[in-house]
Amino acid sequence: MTHWIIAPVVLPALLAPFIVLAARYHIGIQRVFSVVGVLALIAISAGLAWQVADGDILLYQLGDWAAPFGIVLVGDRLSTLMVLLTSLLALFVLLYAIGSRWDDRGRHFHALFQFQLMGIMGAFLTGDLFNLFVFFEVLLIASYGLMIHAGGNTRLRAGVQYVLFNLIGSTLFLFALGSIYAETGTLNMADLGQRAALIGPDATVGIRVASVLLLMVFAIKAAVVPLHFWLPSSYAEAPAPVAALFAIMTKVGAYAIIRVYTLIFPPDLEVTAGLQDTWLLPVALISLALGMIGVLAAKKLDRLVAFSVIGSMGMVMVAISFFTAEGIAAALYYIVHSTFAGAALFLVSDLVRTGRSNLDLTAQPPMAGTSLTSGLFFVCAIAMAGLPPLSGFLGKLMVLDAASGTDMLSWIWAIILSSSLISIVGFARAGSVLFWKSHGVETPEDAVVTSRPTTLSYVSVGGLVTLLVAHTVFAGQVYGYATTISQQLFAPEPYVSTVLETPGKLSTPKEDH
Amino acid sequence: MEILVASAIGIMTAAGLYLVLRLRTFPVILGMSLLTYAVNVFLFASGRLTTAAPPVLRDDMSVYTDPLPQALVLTAIVISFGMTAVVVMIGLGAFLGSNDDHVDDQPEGAQDQAEGQS
Repeated sequence: MTHWIIAPVVLPALLAPFIVLAARYHIGIQRVFSVVGVLALIAISAGLAWQVADGDILLYQLGDWAAPFGIVLVGDRLSTLMVLLTSLLALFVLLYAIGSRWDDRGRHFHALFQFQLMGIMGAFLTGDLFNLFVFFEVLLIASYGLMIHAGGNTRLRAGVQYVLFNLIGSTLFLFALGSIYAETGTLNMADLGQRAALIGPDATVGIRVASVLLLMVFAIKAAVVPLHFWLPSSYAEAPAPVAALFAIMTKVGAYAIIRVYTLIFPPDLEVTAGLQDTWLLPVALISLALGMIGVLAAKKLDRLVAFSVIGSMGMVMVAISFFTAEGIAAALYYIVHSTFAGAALFLVSDLVRTGRSNLDLTAQPPMAGTSLTSGLFFVCAIAMAGLPPLSGFLGKLMVLDAASGTDMLSWIWAIILSSSLISIVGFARAGSVLFWKSHGVETPEDAVVTSRPTTLSYVSVGGLVTLLVAHTVFAGQVYGYATTISQQLFAPEPYVSTVLETPGKLSTPKEDH
Repeated sequence: MEILVASAIGIMTAAGLYLVLRLRTFPVILGMSLLTYAVNVFLFASGRLTTAAPPVLRDDMSVYTDPLPQALVLTAIVISFGMTAVVVMIGLGAFLGSNDDHVDDQPEGAQDQAEGQS
């Protein structure tokens, strides 16, 4: 048993208290340790992804207690991919926070950042539903602190809404876990997968309720309509690097839906038939349409980006809701794309804020650093709206392709294509108002002098754009790997047998339990 | 006993939901606490209800109660307690900063009207 798989959880968990306790008043030391920690995370997660690339399942039994009695961490292709994605995103977000000095505008940014990483990594790696709840809470508590970082009244008010909405979500999660435990007597995911299949058709009430409750909890995290109301104001009011890091948090919800509804409640399971496979697709299509209409309607750039995140999550959910190997593969490709594109757009909106001190979509005098900022906005908008040549276009093609053979084919094609058009118009309007119309506006005499964003800010946004370009250039390889991931998800026997049959303490369960 | 526990959970959830829908910070936080109490009792009951039975297995033991929900409830209590403290602090900060304890966004100009009424 190798210990490396727990390193992505333990490393930030050790770094964060060290930063709080030992480097409390030294922002320089905090920065060094934070960056070194994230670099180490990238190395570790790349190593983990390399180890499982040939289809192995990594298992870590905490305290050597055998599943289903002990808590396990499981690394398969899907979870290691998400861990690698998180650590890559974290590096550029952290560099931006340092470059734009956001980390110096309040206290404990780096410690909270590390705790947030710990929660996200744990949520991706855990093999136990209650443990998933605990890691959700870890990442949420850290995100509450990051959300109101640097203070301000509007930010605090948005923070209250965000915290309360997520508290209600956590309560719902506990209700779901309670009913699952009452029905099956276990919370280990692999064990649950086996036991849910044993439930007879005469006693399905409890497990169906639990399945729907769980779907609602994950839909809150993934901001699927009608549970998306928390997202626009909290993402728009959060500090830009934090909003960029939050781009991965909606994907935690998408990951949980993929994991639970392929392993525990797979689409061919009879007791939950007619639930997620019927209802997820329509709400995903509505999310997509509503997000893109929001892009067109937004009056401020940060709201525009927040609505584009809702729209892209809608696209991910459309692909997931087919529950086929092609659909999940397309969803995974799109998840990677929309994480980088969403994060880059949030950072670009902060570049605009630095240059002109507000984000209203009205014609104002040219901002500081217009040329580079507008270039980056152009690239990110192309990626997010899904125009060729970037990965948004390829991802959309994969989703459209995976839709063939489903009942609602015409609806899916119509909504995806028309919402793309709406989002193109929205982004084009925002870009022309921000960058072109400004040349016709006289600079007033009492204008606030703003400075150009720092070079490191541009470098970190450029890094995210480079990752997007790489994601496009190596689309064939990435899609091939995504296909092997979804094949592994739809053939869960190796996962289940690795988790349940690896010996440990208490490895001979009693017959009567 | 089942009917007592079930109706207690139901009443606490209903009262909690009502308070959460009041959309002012103080009732919403009270409602959240009621909801977490309800979910704690619910989790506790998810291992089936037994009285006067130890939560451990021994060789000559015929009646026992499931220990796992008790561990889950303990975790849930600690987390919800901490979360309530966090939301009280943030809510207090927001109220003191903007002199308005509405949880939802107010339309433009509605704040002056509300102040005139109260």
